[in-house]
Amino acid sequence: MGCFYIDGAWPILSFLIFLPLAGVMVLPLLKGDGPAKIWTLGVTLVTAVLSLPLFFSFDSTTANYQFCEKVVWIPSLNIHYALGIDGISLLLVLLTTLLMPLCILCSWRAIGTRVKEFMACILIMETAMLGVFAALDFVLFYIFWEAMLIPMFLLIGIWGGPRKIYASVKFFLYTLAGSVLMPVAVIALYLHSQPHTFSIPELMSQPYSFSLQCWVFLAFFVAFAVKVPMFPFHTWLPAAHVEAPTAGSVLLASVLLKMGAYGFLRFCLPMTPLGVEAFAPYVLALSVAGIIYGGFTALAQSDMKKLVAYSSVAHMGFVTLGIFVLNTNGVEGAILQMINHGITTGALFLCVGMIYERTHSRELALATGIGKVMPVYVTALAIFGLSSLAFPGTNSFVGEFLVLIGGFAHSMKLGWAVVPGVILSAAYMLRMLQRVIWGGTANPDTSYLKDLNWREMVTLAPLVAFVLWIGLAPAPFLKVLHVSVQHLLTQVQLGLNI
Amino acid sequence: MNPILFMPELVLIFGSLVAFGVCLGEGKTRLAAMTALTTALLTLGSSVASLCSAGDLFCQAYRVDLFSQLFKVFIALGLVAVVLFGSKLKDIRAEIRPEYFLFLLLGSLGLILLVSSVELISLFIALELSSYALYLLVPLRREQPGLRLQMESAAKYVMFGIVATGFLLFGMSYLYGMTGSTYFSQIGPALIQHWNEPAALVGMILILAGLFFKLAAFPMHLWAPDVYQGASNETTAFIAGVPKVAVVAVLIRFLMCAQPVHGTLTTAITLAAIGSMFFGNLAALVQKDLKRMLGYSSIAHAGYVMLGLVTLQKSGYAVSMFYIFGFVVMSLAAFLVICQMSKDGENVTLDDLSGLHQRNPLAAFILASSMFALAGIPPFAGFMGKWLLLNEALRSGFITLVVIAAVNTAIGIYYYLTVARVVYFTDPGQRPAFKFERGVAALGVVLIVLVTLLGIVPAKLLNAAILAVQF
Repeated sequence: MGCFYIDGAWPILSFLIFLPLAGVMVLPLLKGDGPAKIWTLGVTLVTAVLSLPLFFSFDSTTANYQFCEKVVWIPSLNIHYALGIDGISLLLVLLTTLLMPLCILCSWRAIGTRVKEFMACILIMETAMLGVFAALDFVLFYIFWEAMLIPMFLLIGIWGGPRKIYASVKFFLYTLAGSVLMPVAVIALYLHSQPHTFSIPELMSQPYSFSLQCWVFLAFFVAFAVKVPMFPFHTWLPAAHVEAPTAGSVLLASVLLKMGAYGFLRFCLPMTPLGVEAFAPYVLALSVAGIIYGGFTALAQSDMKKLVAYSSVAHMGFVTLGIFVLNTNGVEGAILQMINHGITTGALFLCVGMIYERTHSRELALATGIGKVMPVYVTALAIFGLSSLAFPGTNSFVGEFLVLIGGFAHSMKLGWAVVPGVILSAAYMLRMLQRVIWGGTANPDTSYLKDLNWREMVTLAPLVAFVLWIGLAPAPFLKVLHVSVQHLLTQVQLGLNI
Repeated sequence: MNPILFMPELVLIFGSLVAFGVCLGEGKTRLAAMTALTTALLTLGSSVASLCSAGDLFCQAYRVDLFSQLFKVFIALGLVAVVLFGSKLKDIRAEIRPEYFLFLLLGSLGLILLVSSVELISLFIALELSSYALYLLVPLRREQPGLRLQMESAAKYVMFGIVATGFLLFGMSYLYGMTGSTYFSQIGPALIQHWNEPAALVGMILILAGLFFKLAAFPMHLWAPDVYQGASNETTAFIAGVPKVAVVAVLIRFLMCAQPVHGTLTTAITLAAIGSMFFGNLAALVQKDLKRMLGYSSIAHAGYVMLGLVTLQKSGYAVSMFYIFGFVVMSLAAFLVICQMSKDGENVTLDDLSGLHQRNPLAAFILASSMFALAGIPPFAGFMGKWLLLNEALRSGFITLVVIAAVNTAIGIYYYLTVARVVYFTDPGQRPAFKFERGVAALGVVLIVLVTLLGIVPAKLLNAAILAVQF
């Protein structure tokens, strides 16, 4: 599997990754919070606009990595600074760059103290997130993977809610403890490759023994399962999501969770296919457990943010299910679902944040029956809520449907085990929508609430657009995925047949 | 004799003599500080200038090559840093501050002589010169009424150190007895031939026991937390990093005399590494005094360094070198903040760190960065060093050790994170803001930039280390 090195073209991926970091350098020179916010918004918008050529000049007929760059970094260990994206990572990169300006917009009024540090953390996170999706060398990948922990730790711990310190420490320790065995696994792969290399495409084509594959898979699994998060490694998620500021929650839910699933796709499936085959039944069982558990727990929540957080556990259960059924529909559905979940849950967190800014509480009881006073808001909320429960016409329907087809194709029992999860997501989401929009007979006085201002409308509009676009016309998005997913599954098949 | 070969040592000897002269006067602290700083800077400069020089001196007992000069650069860097950020010597009696600088210079002289010694007797003399200078530094703390912690630390340091030196001498006597020579160049080949004799193994293990004391490695680690806590902040800053750099050089020289096979020696070093890592990390989890915590963490880092040494391969030695170089820079950055923070030189507890981000944002950034660097989080030097160490150890087949090191990284993160948490997430309350002394802010930034650079572009130093161990 090769890389396209376009000679003479400028290194767009390096530019995208390090532009936010360069933006951080300017922040200390700015005077005041206003200029800092405007500058950060500008940087993220420029990054978003500059990432559009990635989509439009992407060649969907090949599974090769595109926009590649490779520079020798540490010659004595054959470590390179290597970047490149294929169909799988393209959409994730675009999701990240699209969501960043929206995060800045939603933090405009919400963050009042130490705004410059906040913007610096957000920009460093963008660099790290883009780096994770674009890295084609393991050492580079790991550096970006871990580098994103410190800014998120600071984001939650400084600008978070009442239990922010508990949540941020738990997030940091849990995620890092999960990923400490990843270097060992990576180095093991490096030492068993001929010639020794850390390059991800090259490592995919090396034959490894069954026992090595199993151990490496387990080491990777722990790291990625904590990130996704899969049941039972999910306990950091509710705390972190709930206590983080809105922008932090959006980034956590939309991008950080996807890194775990991306890791499964990029590393576990092509490099340790025998391990995947051996452990797939257990992973599928954990996915189903996550879907059902997440659904039931979300049903019991009265805190809106916690409800959305647990719904994330359930949705990511669908994603890992789609990945580990190892057929085209499942994997394509999983990747599309990653994007959909990013858009939808990000949007839901934005909506919850908007209510929080007004009522200073996330309790459903204080925000019931606001449909009368905030019609635009509840329309958007309803669209995102329907999308979250995978209503046909919305983006999640396409993804979830594909995953379900893949699941049923894998085994009938698996498919039927997942169906209650679909019903549960409808239950908790509709319950939340009903309470928020219409409420009961004794609604609190919500006449003081103002509807969305134009900044909030601008924040939610692109997300509504994507929900409907992917839901009604998903072909362009599936097109970029298709060849890469086919190639991935061919690699897995080859690996299984050896 | 080419003067550039011996320049760092000459500068230090001359500087020490000048410092001695200054000590004979009354109350000339500023002059002594200036002397020490000038000497340190000149030493650093001449070490860097002589990086590419090579030659043998003093009847081939003293070798100057890339290996020795690389170590001298970092020893001199440590000296410069400590003299810069500790120049006020807050917790030392004013009358003996010039003497403090004198002993600091003599200790550094001993360490610099140590890394170039390729003969057992000169090695021992250099080791004793540095050790005694450092033994004297520890009790030089102002006596608080009812509290003589530094005396207890000094007693432990001296007693333990002398016993360790005894082990070292005894082991060296075995090496001499078996090979009939005190020169490494002759001991090495001869010992490798006789490696299956028990005396070789016993001699080597005794020598390791003596050297592990200086490195603060299990099982010779018990002095570290008490000495770190009892000595003054500047003393701890020096002892925490600089002697460790020198002793890694000596360890490499001795281990090159062993046969590079998996046997009792590697088992012994493995056990020492595992003990160091677990003991250091677990004990540090519950510490409240910042220096004591860093003492325990340095025991853990000694364990990590041994990951490279246990391979008994030149590539392993090179990455151990890289790791200890990175470690000394990170450690200096942390102690810089501690020394500057503490108003009268008293110990800094975790509680005292509260709200540091509001009291001095740069100090908070430097301290948090050094904590994350020590924890092994990208993109700092600690991560790159650990990655390289894991690589070498796994390449040589030490899978259990590597997994234990990875698990210990996870354990260790907690206490480093606690420091970062207290620094950034708490309110200062009544604690005062403080400013850095002149030049110290720049030094702190330089150290953090160096740590980050070593993490992102390690190739130059790593290649230099790999080249250096080919002697």
